[in-house]
Amino acid sequence: MTSIKIIPKKEDTTIKNTNEKKENKTENKDIEQSNKIVLPGDILVESIDFLTGYGTYRDGKTIYSKILGILRKKEHVISIIPLSGPYSPKPNDFIIGEVAYVGYSNWKVNFGHPNDATLPMSGVPEFIENGADLSKYYKRGDLLFAPIDSVTKNMIIQITMKDKRARKLFGGKIISISSSKVPRVIGKDGTMIAQIKNKTGCVINVSQNGRIWIKGDNEPLATKTIKMVEKLSHKKGLTEIISKYLDEELKQMGIKTQKSEDTEKQ
Amino acid sequence: MASNIPEKYKTLIKNNKRIDGRTLDELRPVKIKVGVIPSADGSAYIEIGNTKVLAAVHGPKEMFPRHMINEDRAVLNVRYAMLPFSTSERVRPGPSRRSNEISKVTRHALESVIFLEEYPGMGIDLTLDIIQADAGTRATAITAASVALAHAGIPMKGLVAATAIGKINDRLAVDLNGPEDNFGQTDMPIAMISTNKNITLLQMDGDFSKEEFKTALSMAKKAIEPLFEAQRAALQKYYK
Repeated sequence: MTSIKIIPKKEDTTIKNTNEKKENKTENKDIEQSNKIVLPGDILVESIDFLTGYGTYRDGKTIYSKILGILRKKEHVISIIPLSGPYSPKPNDFIIGEVAYVGYSNWKVNFGHPNDATLPMSGVPEFIENGADLSKYYKRGDLLFAPIDSVTKNMIIQITMKDKRARKLFGGKIISISSSKVPRVIGKDGTMIAQIKNKTGCVINVSQNGRIWIKGDNEPLATKTIKMVEKLSHKKGLTEIISKYLDEELKQMGIKTQKSEDTEKQ
Repeated sequence: MASNIPEKYKTLIKNNKRIDGRTLDELRPVKIKVGVIPSADGSAYIEIGNTKVLAAVHGPKEMFPRHMINEDRAVLNVRYAMLPFSTSERVRPGPSRRSNEISKVTRHALESVIFLEEYPGMGIDLTLDIIQADAGTRATAITAASVALAHAGIPMKGLVAATAIGKINDRLAVDLNGPEDNFGQTDMPIAMISTNKNITLLQMDGDFSKEEFKTALSMAKKAIEPLFEAQRAALQKYYK
């Protein structure tokens, strides 16, 4: 008995855990890395040796789960990967937003969050003279793919265009998925999105706020595939399932797609 | 009052069994389904006996109306409504004195559990529609609401479940049904947090002696446990 499961099982919720308090103290150094789903109020650890990560809170010695998700332990930090929920902006996250308002010295960008993000004049790579008409650079309705620069506690969100990958999006189509499913769409080391890009021949930009920009001939198939990933996000071996699905779909579409893929490669 | 009771409801307990065949400390059958409304951020459907409730969560999103905004925390907006066809007599749609009161107590029962300070200046809309009412609608609604909130990914200290303890034929009973509520003596809904069993809602319609109240509380603590398990099972099943 070197390792124990900290998450309570279906049959016994909190009662058993309080009874096991004494045993846990000596044993909770090894926590099983399981894919078990934890719910708000689940006891994760009863020790002061651990730190609370995302989605957890501490009450006395006990660390509880705050949200519905999957438990993850990295060294001494316990955190939860959410399975649902709203997008909470974090610095360095890429977002896709629409310019909602052009001000005297800044732009307001709506990205599906109650608070609009601000793009200050200083966040643009070009030099802008004081008093210049800012709509020359970005006007209302433009779509931006940009990283978040800073987020304050009162949800003042600043984005910047001074980044290699930041750009204005032209053409294409935007679909939105739940922001908690974005990691699955990207996949481990970007395998999932790379495969969708390669097989459909589309240009795809995935943002952390759940908006995905797709441009290319096979746009409908790419959209369908991403929606499928979102739906099956909890399944194991999803990359292979999607790979098979894409191959079959492309076969059904026949030579046409093959040709268009070839032309794009050239 | 006693003269108004129909003959078949005069004895609600026979041989330690209630009119629907339950024992005194037995809950009605519970059925919970998660994610029934695709357009909502979180939703749950619950059946406890003949009481059926649909709960939906929208948000956290921009606060509306704007003047109700709180810059430090989110505002929980609860709307409890009995649908017109939910009882044998049509319920007039729209807010009433009763639905306003229940919306308020439900809000208080859930507010203390949600980490509202994580979403400053935003609003969370919680809609509770009673599809069929057969006593204990507020308790059922609270049980459904916390499942819907968890499904919406809103941070909470724990789940909240609620049940009612009542007095029928001078005896204490758990989770009253329609006739027991209508022709019994007392009805006391109780809501508790799953982690520390703190009480977030307690109302009483009728009266209890001091001893009765104490036993009622301990009965509620025991009776609420299967509800937490049902909530947990429903949420885990949804992601399986």
